[in-house]
Amino acid sequence: MKKPFDLKADYQPEKFTFKNKKAVQEIIARYPKGRQRSAVMPLLDLAQRQNENWIPRAAMDEIAEIIGQPPIKVYEVATFYSMYNLAPVGKYLIQLCGTTPCWLCGSADIMKSCEQHLGIHNGETTKDNLFTLTEVECLGACVNAPMVQINDDYYEDLTAERMVEILEALAAGKDVPVGSQTGRKCSMACSGPTTLEDQAKKAGVA
Amino acid sequence: MPKLTIDGMEIEVEPGTSILQAAEQLGVEVPRFCYHDKLTVPANCRMCLVEVEGGPPKPQASCALACADNMVVHTNSPMVKKARTGVLEMQLINHPLDCPICDQGGECDLQDQAYAYGFDRSRYHESKSAMPDKELGPLIKTVMTRCINCTRCVRFADEIAGTPMLGQLNRGEDSEIGTFIEQAVDTELSGNLIDVCPVGALTSKPYAFTARSWELQKTETIDVHDAVGSNIRVDSRGNEVMRILPRLHEDVNEEWINDKTRFSYDGLKKKRLDRPWVRGDDGKLHEASWDDALTAVAAQLKKTKPEKTAALAGDLCDLESMVALKDLLGSSHFECRTDRTFFDVSERCGYLFNTTIAGIEKADAILLIGTNPRHEATLINARIRKTWLEKQIKIAMIGEETDLTYPYEHLGTGPQNLEKLIKAKSGFAETLKKAENPMLIVGMGALQREDGDAVQNLAREAAETFGMVTKDWNGFNVLHHAASRVGALDIGFYAKDGFNLADMSLVYLLGADDFDMSAISKKAFVVYQGHHGDAGAARADVILPGAAYTEKDGLYVNTEGRVQMAKRAVNPPGDAREDWTVLRALSGHMGKALPYDNHVQLRDRIVKEWPHMGDIDSTAPAEWKKFGIKSNVLKNNFKPLSQDFYLTNAICRASATMNECTTEFHTESQKAAHMQAAE
Repeated sequence: MKKPFDLKADYQPEKFTFKNKKAVQEIIARYPKGRQRSAVMPLLDLAQRQNENWIPRAAMDEIAEIIGQPPIKVYEVATFYSMYNLAPVGKYLIQLCGTTPCWLCGSADIMKSCEQHLGIHNGETTKDNLFTLTEVECLGACVNAPMVQINDDYYEDLTAERMVEILEALAAGKDVPVGSQTGRKCSMACSGPTTLEDQAKKAGVA
Repeated sequence: MPKLTIDGMEIEVEPGTSILQAAEQLGVEVPRFCYHDKLTVPANCRMCLVEVEGGPPKPQASCALACADNMVVHTNSPMVKKARTGVLEMQLINHPLDCPICDQGGECDLQDQAYAYGFDRSRYHESKSAMPDKELGPLIKTVMTRCINCTRCVRFADEIAGTPMLGQLNRGEDSEIGTFIEQAVDTELSGNLIDVCPVGALTSKPYAFTARSWELQKTETIDVHDAVGSNIRVDSRGNEVMRILPRLHEDVNEEWINDKTRFSYDGLKKKRLDRPWVRGDDGKLHEASWDDALTAVAAQLKKTKPEKTAALAGDLCDLESMVALKDLLGSSHFECRTDRTFFDVSERCGYLFNTTIAGIEKADAILLIGTNPRHEATLINARIRKTWLEKQIKIAMIGEETDLTYPYEHLGTGPQNLEKLIKAKSGFAETLKKAENPMLIVGMGALQREDGDAVQNLAREAAETFGMVTKDWNGFNVLHHAASRVGALDIGFYAKDGFNLADMSLVYLLGADDFDMSAISKKAFVVYQGHHGDAGAARADVILPGAAYTEKDGLYVNTEGRVQMAKRAVNPPGDAREDWTVLRALSGHMGKALPYDNHVQLRDRIVKEWPHMGDIDSTAPAEWKKFGIKSNVLKNNFKPLSQDFYLTNAICRASATMNECTTEFHTESQKAAHMQAAE
């Protein structure tokens, strides 16, 4: 479910302009002539990255102007996809997978540890604006369940304790290794490759 | 030409025809929600599923599947029945069971389909989802929980109206139709959203809870709010007009009407003249009997010389009453152009929309001169937009810039720009020259000037220079805004040499309200015959109550010269009478009775003199002749008709809905401009 948003809220800026004009031009140039409206999705992404991980209404209007479409066409796309945030989020947006494989492997515990550690519930943001916690559907990393996505990175093979450590490290501004937290490589078994061993060797992961 | 079998019947269809359309040609009904013949095909409701033999072993959406050779289609097999039942069950999951309090009840596609494919109980036990209602302005009421997300309204606003502000937002169970930012749907065609909505999500706000569709008397007639002559159906109960709906006429309004046509009917119930009035010696109007009023008028008419008598016909007059008035007053001065659009009307081709409305679709370059078709003739504008959408034709405009819902090149705002264009070799002049079927549209804004005839002449020159008139194409068009105008010009209800209204000692106003009454001399005796207490009645010495367009049978000639017949839906209020009968009675009081005692005789008399008036619903092409008066044009700019789209005539001005629309849709700047023009 999409985070609720309010177009008339105080946090909505009056104006929005792209800082990186060159990137905008590059994106638009990717599409054949007369098909510029296809640039709506990468432009929304660009706007979100520029604006602290969320897209204000002014940015959608600006994009509509750039690609020569009525604003409603941009709103339609932006409200459809869950990865476009239309209201401010914390510096770290935690998207916790709660779909069946992750749930069987203990995603509910991870959720509980997050809630206890951060003092917030699903869909809320911490007071220091550092973390936003949301539960989402499958993110496609079921083999290394349970997992969360924080901003662009996946953190897999989690335990409730490890999750808290990650949150503490992020809050302290320390680096956290992305991917499997138990040292598993790719999606192979914990003990190393059991099939396609030669392929794994070739890829240098075994 | 693909040949296929549908339900055992063979049919050969045009390439590209969908199975649904082919089935329709055979008379096989395929249920649908999202498909609409005038809109693009999204295939999202899945109600039109059919079984195609040899195809994939699943039902196919017939609206989006093109016919191919040797297809064998079943529209009523067990598979189809099961699939449609399933689809309908899904549609009904979140649909409220509120048909008894829904205005769509009785004419609802979903209700009808539920009879055919529905089940009498629900297997769904979870809680239903509900959507917040949207605020779409004073015309459209929304109950979004009833919405089945067919997106017809979204496509209508995008494609036909050209004002894309509706969209499908969010997804999954949260998906809803909305504007995202709260705003009224600002288009003159918004009422059609109600018609395209297959369920009760979008219904008419003024009509809400006033009647049920099955208790209404339906009368097929003609609209008079502009010169398009849209075909409408007036739904009445007892002696009250309850609502107005469009009627299909491919050559005129297709299946749309504008908001003024649809929603101004509440003006028919207000400010009506329902009894005769005579101004007494105290200078005040007093109620009078028909006999007294007619005697007073007859005495004045007898007393006044014909050259001191003038008759003015308003914008909403039917042809019969104008003919009767002309017969009655014989050698007096007549004028129908109360808006002062004086140009050369001696040749019929010089004042008609010669291309015809349907003909616009054949055009490949259009020049607009001093007109805002979006306001003056919304459905002609919709036709231009349709043509632009289909073929990306080139459009240019000379006149005040405004949003016409399609892009155009702006060539300037005055007649000198037209002169320049005629002499030009490149740019839009070249486009026009190269075009196979170029056309131009001169609006009343360009002719409502002192040099109206010179501008008309210039437009004719342009038409001839750019080869707009050939053996089977006539691209010269005058766009009228008054329903009565072309008919009045056809019967010669105008002054050939002009006259000064201030010199007249008797003025007969036949529904004429839309001009400055101070142009009439203070001493003149003024008779007003009409249906609304508007400007004309306020000035009158005698008021003769007439019938509005829904209350009389009458002929109207639209801007293309198409003669159409309007039918009486309800009776005139109180003592008011059909207009030609008032004039017939007046002639009796004058002692020279008009030679027709009933409507049939009157129509016979009309057809005898003007045979084309007997040709209902056809447009005879007018022969191309020289017209216009060559003289110098003035330098000042074309101004749009100084009128508010929602308040163009007495009926609209009396309508609360139309007044609400004006407040809602006109921005502050527009209002200011309007005020200025009024001054």
